[in-house]
Amino acid sequence: MTVKEIFETMDYGPAPESDSAAQAWLDGHKRAFGHFIGGNFTAPANGFASRNPATGVKLAELSQATGDDVDAAVTAARAAQPAWEALGGPGRARVLYALARLLQKHARLFAVLETLDNGKPIRESRDTDIPLAQRHFYYHAGMAQLMESELPGAKALGVCGQIIPWNFPLLMLAWKIAPALAMGNTVVLKPAEYTSLTALLFAEICTEAGVPAGGVNIITGDGTVGEMIVNAEVDKIAFTGSTAVGRKIRQATAGSGKSLTLELGGKSPYIVFDDADLDSAVEGLVDAIWFNQGQVCCAGSRLLVQESVSAVFHRKLKARMDRLRLGSPLDKSIDVGAVVDPVQLQAIQSLVEANTAGQMYQAKVEMPEGGCFYPPTLIEDLHPADTLMQEEIFGPVLVSTTFRTPAEAVQVANNTRYGLAATVWSENVNLALDIAPKLAAGVVWINGTNMFDAAAGFGGVRESGFGREGGWEGLQAYCKQPVATKKLSQVKAFTGNGAPRDAIDRTAKMYIGGKQARPDSGYVQAIYGPKGDLLGHVGQGSRKDVRNAVEAAAAATGWSKTTGHLRAQILYYIGENLSARSAEFSARIDAMRGTNTGAEEVETSIQRLFTAAAWADKYDGQVHNVPIRGVALAMKEPVGVIGALCADEAPLLGLISLMAPTIAMGNRVVLAASEPFPLAATDFYQVLEASDVPAGVVNILTGTHDDLASTLAAHMNVDAVWCHSSSPLSETVENSAASNLKRSWVNNGQGLDWSADHSKRVLQEATEVKNIWVPYGE
Amino acid sequence: MNRQTNPKTATHLDEPRNPGMALDLNWVARAQANTSAIERRCAQLGARRSVKKDYQAAWLLKAITMIDLTTLSGDDTQARVRRLCAKARQPVRADLLAGLGFDGLTTGAVCVYHDMVEAAVAALQGTGIPVAAVSTGFPAGLSPLPLRLAEIDASVAAGAQEIDIVISRRHVLEGNWQALYDEMKVFREHCGDAHVKAILATGELGSLRNVARASLVCMMAGADFIKTSTGKESVNATLPVSLVMIRAIRDYFDATGFRVGYKPAGGISKAKDSLVYLSLIKEELGDRWLQPDLFRFGASSLLGDIERQLEHHLTGTYSAANRHAIG
Repeated sequence: MTVKEIFETMDYGPAPESDSAAQAWLDGHKRAFGHFIGGNFTAPANGFASRNPATGVKLAELSQATGDDVDAAVTAARAAQPAWEALGGPGRARVLYALARLLQKHARLFAVLETLDNGKPIRESRDTDIPLAQRHFYYHAGMAQLMESELPGAKALGVCGQIIPWNFPLLMLAWKIAPALAMGNTVVLKPAEYTSLTALLFAEICTEAGVPAGGVNIITGDGTVGEMIVNAEVDKIAFTGSTAVGRKIRQATAGSGKSLTLELGGKSPYIVFDDADLDSAVEGLVDAIWFNQGQVCCAGSRLLVQESVSAVFHRKLKARMDRLRLGSPLDKSIDVGAVVDPVQLQAIQSLVEANTAGQMYQAKVEMPEGGCFYPPTLIEDLHPADTLMQEEIFGPVLVSTTFRTPAEAVQVANNTRYGLAATVWSENVNLALDIAPKLAAGVVWINGTNMFDAAAGFGGVRESGFGREGGWEGLQAYCKQPVATKKLSQVKAFTGNGAPRDAIDRTAKMYIGGKQARPDSGYVQAIYGPKGDLLGHVGQGSRKDVRNAVEAAAAATGWSKTTGHLRAQILYYIGENLSARSAEFSARIDAMRGTNTGAEEVETSIQRLFTAAAWADKYDGQVHNVPIRGVALAMKEPVGVIGALCADEAPLLGLISLMAPTIAMGNRVVLAASEPFPLAATDFYQVLEASDVPAGVVNILTGTHDDLASTLAAHMNVDAVWCHSSSPLSETVENSAASNLKRSWVNNGQGLDWSADHSKRVLQEATEVKNIWVPYGE
Repeated sequence: MNRQTNPKTATHLDEPRNPGMALDLNWVARAQANTSAIERRCAQLGARRSVKKDYQAAWLLKAITMIDLTTLSGDDTQARVRRLCAKARQPVRADLLAGLGFDGLTTGAVCVYHDMVEAAVAALQGTGIPVAAVSTGFPAGLSPLPLRLAEIDASVAAGAQEIDIVISRRHVLEGNWQALYDEMKVFREHCGDAHVKAILATGELGSLRNVARASLVCMMAGADFIKTSTGKESVNATLPVSLVMIRAIRDYFDATGFRVGYKPAGGISKAKDSLVYLSLIKEELGDRWLQPDLFRFGASSLLGDIERQLEHHLTGTYSAANRHAIG
């Protein structure tokens, strides 16, 4: 076109970013790559092609890692780890800083290579992915520098196996590697097979930055390589990807003692209230669901619009969709690029084609010829019962429905198995800040969406996984506070046939929903003292009792809404009432165990109650320093319903050590009492009854842990499950916990010393950090 | 309610004038503007759209046709205004224009104070370039209403085809939308056939929400154009303010079928900035608004930078100001 013609049409024209430097880099490697193990690249071996999804052109040949490659990488990482940790925080900080600087210096090469490999628009890789990756290394250079002073006593986990997805290849690498290295770990990382190139380029700069050989190992291959890493001799697995694979990893690592964090799928709600700036909310959707072709785990893919503005909002939305530009990802004026692979394109197409509900609108945009392109799509008038309102599409497809009231918005938003992110649009600060804490999500954005920063943790609840990446909260996934444990052997109940110690028969019940409850099984079990004298009977808990207890705990939602001050008062009151009966409890413990430690155990239990009461209104969240005009509020929220198999060896203290901090944070608990010595726990419910603990907040079951463990761990309405039993149930518990990906905390046969104070650890396990982003400005 | 107009042949006369409508206070009260989100959109825009090479040259030429070449100084004289008008007639050196395949390009208008209208009209005789007069006690708008109306009458009588009025900011700050509406309506009546641009002085309205609401009220009262600023406020045209105003224009068009024009004024002096403005208009309002009857830049130094960019485009060599005629 001539200038004169363009003057009439006012078209944008092409604005291509040159890929010559990236192509030259690929040529420099003869377009064939091995693995990066122990500081060197292996010779390219049998493998697979990496293609540009926008054109189908092969970019390079990558190697499929073998079992030997995985072993070699883990061995290299293991060998490098002690020296890397011993280098100290400030020493590691320099290397991380160098990585950040090198990512900056080579920013354009990384960005172009990412776009070639992944298909995302160059604008996104240039302005989002690569800068955020740099930011993660800068931020964690600081964390390394501060580790010794701010996390005194913390130690690295060891070797971390990390498996990352194809949607943000370099950024997910940064999220994984930066905190791991900062805390003194070494890593074996597997990029997704569609998008390994920037990880290999990163491997090169590791050497330049001074990462010691073996500190970072990159191996390429498909899911089978991931499986090999999961099963290798690593101390931690960090995975970002689908919920289905996350569940398999949970099962595969159950009872192994490997630390695990999972960042999985989502179907994140995007809620528009009638007082929102509707045009800005429409524009937000461009960043929510048409960012990275919608291939974003936290994409605002489920639009909920208040009925009164739904028509006008959808009209504006469709008009906006028609102005999106699809095309060559290397064009600087493109909004939507290529889907990562023909397989993914096919998956999106089949999900959309299978849908018959609602009305579909596809943007009237010029579609490029060839390549993996899918038009921006809206399906409106769907309902929670429709498949596409529940299933993650992972493509540029938005589904929408309406709601009438704020309460209904929350109800619809939370009607999902997932809980990754949520977006709220309202000009009313009261409304927005009321809704945000009610949403089941690890991240909530108010009047904005898809805001990320290294200073704010990212991660989900429910089947969106567990663990946080970024912020102080993210460091928990890469370091530990060493704690003394001792190997547990199963604590056996005493047997006997002696006469009852008490003249009057006393049958301890279970405690469910604030009431004393007989076991559903109708069976009881005799509890004998060390000399065989009959101390009493307890109910044999079964599936049905677990069901009832969870039902009661789940219903006691009011507890989570109470103030820390109120919960503190109740905990003090429990302590007070326990203290009043300390002689009785002490005698009971001694009678059951045949020791004279009862008095001390009761006294320590009272201490734990007071400590929890003290924390109830002090375990504060944070305001993260994120680079926006606004705040990111890191709120500590209760996990929800927690099921715990309490320590067998400390009948009262084991239970109270878990219960007190947990309920202090607003959780509701289902506690399986010490199996051999349950009578202190059953006596204790009388204390609870006398202390104004609302019904359902604490539920106590008795019976064999074996009978209770898998039902409790598999229960879909339980949010976390802990195993401190002396029965070898850790693997069972973690395996069953995979059902809904509940958080787990198990002892793996290594018992804690309950006379030591573990309150901080329990507080950590009993809370989730939710980051609420609130940009402001008038 | 999409009125059929062919954007390629649209001229000043094709577009039906906005007749205004009854003041709809519910609509005004509903208007929202979330500052952070609006700033994010504006910050992204420059990175989302890029115009290169021949396309950039064409866009810059288009920008020239939409410039209200302006002088609003206390020391303006008739001779100075004639010099400006000469530049408006021939904004780009003839050899450069020819090199780009153009002839006969002019700016959108010349914009002056009332006392300079006659001189400008005379200097532009036969060119078709309209003269715009700033009016109604520009820039503060605080002279007595009868005088402000008389000023409009005088400028129209002197041949001004466009009148840039200033609103009473106090009506916005006091939330007196009825007063703003009434004032705008009477200004429009006095303009007669001359098109009226409502200057909101957005830098003095306190919030983007007020900008949105004032935009709507002025359009309801019959403004042909809404304009950001006088150029005399401490903050003049910005992208966020522009986004708010053009979204109001879009809503007004959706509701009434009438297209209202937009004029950012003050602070736009770089060719590159003008391209971002044009892509903002293209994205949010559409191509129809990329014509001088619906979009103007109020600018005095922008043209000079565009000329240098055009010479660079043709020669590959960076240009200098002294190679282009001053206006």
